[in-house]
Amino acid sequence: MTSSASSPDHIVVRDLTLAYGETVVQRDVSFEVPRGRVFVIMGGSGCGKSTLLRSMIGLLEPARGEVMYDGTSFWTAAADERESMTRRFGVSYQAGALWSSMTLAENVALPLEEYTDLDDEDIGRIASLKLALMGLAGFEEYYPSEISGGMRKRAALARATALDPEILFFDEPSAGLDPISAARLDELILELRDSMGMTIVVVTHELTSIFTIADDSILLDAESKTMIARGKPTELLEGSSDPRVVEFLSRGHRSGGSEHGLGSERGLRNEPSTGDGPEAMS
Amino acid sequence: MTHETEVSAARLEDGTLVVRLDGSWVLESGIPSADPVIRQISTPPFPARIAFDTSGLADWDSSLLAFEREVGEAAKASGVEVDTSGLPPGARRLIDLAAAVAERADARRSARRDRPLARLGRGALSFFGTTRGLIEFIGLTCLSVLRLPLGRARVRGRDFWLFVQEAGADALPIVSLISFLIGVILAFIGALQLRQFGAIVWTANIVAIGMVRYLGPMMTAIIMAGRTGASYAAQLGTMTANEEVDALRTLGISPIDFLVLPRTLALVLMMPLLALYSDFVGMLGGAVIGTLAFGIGTQEYITQTQNMLTMKDFLSGLNMAASYGVLIAIAGCFQGMSSGRSASAVGEATTKAVVMGIVLIVIATAFWTVLYDILGI
Repeated sequence: MTSSASSPDHIVVRDLTLAYGETVVQRDVSFEVPRGRVFVIMGGSGCGKSTLLRSMIGLLEPARGEVMYDGTSFWTAAADERESMTRRFGVSYQAGALWSSMTLAENVALPLEEYTDLDDEDIGRIASLKLALMGLAGFEEYYPSEISGGMRKRAALARATALDPEILFFDEPSAGLDPISAARLDELILELRDSMGMTIVVVTHELTSIFTIADDSILLDAESKTMIARGKPTELLEGSSDPRVVEFLSRGHRSGGSEHGLGSERGLRNEPSTGDGPEAMS
Repeated sequence: MTHETEVSAARLEDGTLVVRLDGSWVLESGIPSADPVIRQISTPPFPARIAFDTSGLADWDSSLLAFEREVGEAAKASGVEVDTSGLPPGARRLIDLAAAVAERADARRSARRDRPLARLGRGALSFFGTTRGLIEFIGLTCLSVLRLPLGRARVRGRDFWLFVQEAGADALPIVSLISFLIGVILAFIGALQLRQFGAIVWTANIVAIGMVRYLGPMMTAIIMAGRTGASYAAQLGTMTANEEVDALRTLGISPIDFLVLPRTLALVLMMPLLALYSDFVGMLGGAVIGTLAFGIGTQEYITQTQNMLTMKDFLSGLNMAASYGVLIAIAGCFQGMSSGRSASAVGEATTKAVVMGIVLIVIATAFWTVLYDILGI
């Protein structure tokens, strides 16, 4: 798959200050995300990770600063230009956010119906393909309420990737998943980066995932209300002198990182699943 | 730059069918039909294997994967081997990923539609199931009411007063508007007819008896079914979807005591008061039309109204209003508690609550009308 632009930085966030009314959540957050990389926004609960994500995807206007995609400022762009930018995004929400009155196939098909000229048959083929990619072959006619939480997450990812977006945003992808499902979702994120060259932004505090998938990351702090670290998590763990950074990353490293060898030998591909088939991803 | 998408297939001497893919394979250009390739795969003599030549491929996305998947399925059906080594490495990995999880044998659902008789049967079973559930729910609510004076039903006072406010004071504006207009309409229709017989002063009687005995309680009940009954169903449906009801059960707290009882009591208490208020506002509306539009004297109108009404009329109306309160609360709470766990299920429960509430109101009105007639009230 080829890239449409040559700029090395796909996303640039500059001096971003986020607030709800008078309450500042984060201030002066700056980072760049190169094309085709997995970037992780990490931090403890309530530090403003999801708020930052909402600001990046156009759901919350920042109090100050800017978010740029391929050099174009998102929040100062005209409405139609902003809409064309959001069309290049795929977003997987924390709880899936699947439309409950639609089947899984219909959920995936809706963006295709809205934004492509494909006929119904081709839309059905793409929807079926996307569900199969997420390990949900055969579940096209199921409603979200009829499947498990892990399957809903994967169906949400199928919908998020329906239009082959350039940038994929994940809000807490592993939340509520068992370790095997979470690990397989991590594998899938890396596969989407490698195969389709997607730029992926992940908001999470799941340290096992962070060490596995992150090419680069920032750590947000709830107390100082700003970004306190920037870099690859393994390098931050080894090189940071900030006790808050070491505290945050070392706990995860001890509990999850060693078990999975920081993602190098997780042995998860083709691992037998408990229920979804011989090579399930759930 | 995008190039036109092209598909061609050529058979080599060793029996390999080489599928050549040229141009830009992106969703915006649509997905080329795989039919010409599939025809060659599925008609004898079958090719020995299928290979891909993508030397002329400019760009690709899911459209290429969907095409390969369709060709692959046809090949599998004909027992022909597919060699994907000619495809871009990224596409190969995704194709492997899509095939990695075998479809679960019992997963796929057929799109067949039920026969009419099966649908009728399903509908009947659903109706009986709902009726049984409703009876059970009423029974549990009655037991909860009985537990209340014994101090064994757990009702939070703060919740109760909140529901009283929601079902009472907050409903006054809409009840005022509708009741006033009903009084106006009743007076207008009555006066136009009675004027022909020189009995226009009897308009006051029609408005008074109409509002106090039937229209006051009934219109209030219909408003409350659409307003409060729907609200109860939506609240409890959302609580069910969020597992809040399950959390109460696991704590050993009866959801009927905790959720249904305060709502029902609040509505039963407020309905007669609202109906009484509606009676007076409706009579005021009638008086405005009777005196201003048809020239009936104000004192004459008031005297006529006073002579017409007895305490029995008020009490019969208030009795009906209280019964409507029970029915609306039961319909709203029952549908909410029986709701599924999705947004659409909550919406469905809300709709059902309103429909059930109104149907029950009409049935109850018929019941009380016949009973009052038999008792001579």
